[in-house]
Amino acid sequence: MSPRGRSSLISWLIVGPFAIILAFPFYWMLMTSLKTNGDLYDVNHNPFVFNAAQAAPNEHQPFKDASWLPLGTENLTTHNYSFLFHEPGIHYVRWLENTALVGGIVVLITLLLALPAGYALARLSGRWGQSAGVGIFLVYLVPPTLLFLPLSRVVAELGLQDRLASLILVYPSFTVPFSTWLLMGFFKTIPAELEDAALVDGASRLKALTRIVFPISLPGILTVVIFSFSLCVNEFIYAVTFISTSDARTVSTGVPLELIRGDVYFWQSLMAATLIPSIPLALLYNVFLDRFIAGFTGGAFR
Amino acid sequence: MATVAEARSKGGWRDTFEQRRFLAPLLISPAVLYIVLLVGAPLVLAVYLSMTDATAGSLSGDFIGAHNYVDVWHSENFRRALRNTIFFTVVSQAIVLVGASVLAHQLVRPFRGRWFLRFLVVLPWAAPVALGTIGWLWIFESTLSVANWSLVHLQTGVLGHLGLHLVDPLDPPQWLGRPNLAMASLIMVHTWRILPFATVIFIAGLASIPAEVDDAARVDGATGLRKLWYVTFPLQLPIALVALLFGIVFTATDITVVYILTNGGPFNQTQMLPMWAFQTGIRSGSLGEGAAISLYLLPILVVVSIVMLWFARRAEVT
Repeated sequence: MSPRGRSSLISWLIVGPFAIILAFPFYWMLMTSLKTNGDLYDVNHNPFVFNAAQAAPNEHQPFKDASWLPLGTENLTTHNYSFLFHEPGIHYVRWLENTALVGGIVVLITLLLALPAGYALARLSGRWGQSAGVGIFLVYLVPPTLLFLPLSRVVAELGLQDRLASLILVYPSFTVPFSTWLLMGFFKTIPAELEDAALVDGASRLKALTRIVFPISLPGILTVVIFSFSLCVNEFIYAVTFISTSDARTVSTGVPLELIRGDVYFWQSLMAATLIPSIPLALLYNVFLDRFIAGFTGGAFR
Repeated sequence: MATVAEARSKGGWRDTFEQRRFLAPLLISPAVLYIVLLVGAPLVLAVYLSMTDATAGSLSGDFIGAHNYVDVWHSENFRRALRNTIFFTVVSQAIVLVGASVLAHQLVRPFRGRWFLRFLVVLPWAAPVALGTIGWLWIFESTLSVANWSLVHLQTGVLGHLGLHLVDPLDPPQWLGRPNLAMASLIMVHTWRILPFATVIFIAGLASIPAEVDDAARVDGATGLRKLWYVTFPLQLPIALVALLFGIVFTATDITVVYILTNGGPFNQTQMLPMWAFQTGIRSGSLGEGAAISLYLLPILVVVSIVMLWFARRAEVT
């Protein structure tokens, strides 16, 4: 074996077991989400395959005749997914829409505030810029746990309970510090000579910004968009505290609070509901991960 | 750059606007204002609330000084929540540091299939935490737990023959129903969640070590463990510290995992400070008391921030 092949193998041997454990819950969500009730709730069944069981009339089995497939795939059902999207009284689609709406608007607000701030901290401010940057970053460490009680009062005073506006108002409080820090890192990696050249050529700073600096930093800006959006989707405690009506929930609170009713768990649909937002989000996250790493180290922590 | 700006400032509001000392504050202030209004002011409000007997129903409470802090301190649930929070944070972060350092050392170098492995490793951090935790809720379910099924079958298949009987097939472990197991489950899920994050930060740290350092170390004859100990490790220390500080804050102040997995139960045995603050402040409606409980977390944050600041200043000097 070539030295390179050997070092690949070693990496796989070390990282592989970690990867299996870390990704297992998601594999398990997928398996569970495709099972019929008769299969899932029989304690004598091997949970790692799809077992033959009496399927309910609405449990559609698309691979019923394909018995050559491995793991008993012919016994799987897609019913649990259609349940989420078509069952009356289940607001899953609404939660996805709410999440996208809140995330989208918050990302816009974040860019509006963090782009100028990040640029100014990276370029225009001298010694105090570094301290201000670290100061803004430290704000990111002030956890929602300290703020949700007073903010619940503020939201109540403003009459924003049970309205998505409450989340749109509050979420930038953590996306702005985080994004300002990242953008500061990105802007520092762009050579200042580029703008200086434009300024010497008579362009205003605003023009230099919109025509030169922002286009070059587009990958960095996209990274900030993805990561801010992901922070919004992740947020839990504000959404639990401010919103108590089912159709105003986001996906992170709707699934655990509305799809679990007392002691009744719709496990398969629950697993489908957790998997659907997780996978696209994780894919996007990975695509931008290298940029994130570059931005993070472009800041002060070198 | 300064000379450019000065050369062009011949008067007029436009040129004034272009000057750094006006432009910089102008660009920064909207963000700062938002943060002051939505982080600074609520923080002050939290301190104020914690010194009143405000409840969810009444608009404002009476000022009662440190009464809430004293009251809360003497409650058994609070003491337990405090102990649990510290224990949970220390144990999970210790595991995270070791795991992340092992993973990052592999994932920082390119190899065949790295993207795929990294995708799997980062999944728990990239997916919404509330949803991932529901996955664990199902894995730890009382009768249909896949963890128990696997343990029982591993025992009948392999371990039993070696004389190892870890689980009783007729009465398998109730992961979320027994205090110690529930605590272990919480630690496990949180480790699962923070490990990818710490790995990413570690990779960032390793990636920022310039290639020249590697070359210099090789010229000086430092290889293998010696290089790891004398070159890589000291260079990696700052970023490890950053990952640790973040990990401490994220873990000690987390409410999502506890909320979904155990809700502080069974019988408040896995209560944590954030969860207890939520229980008291929102569910029981004692806003003042809840605020006092959550503010007991402040010392941790202050220490973390001071270390960060000290660290940032040092980074600036060198």
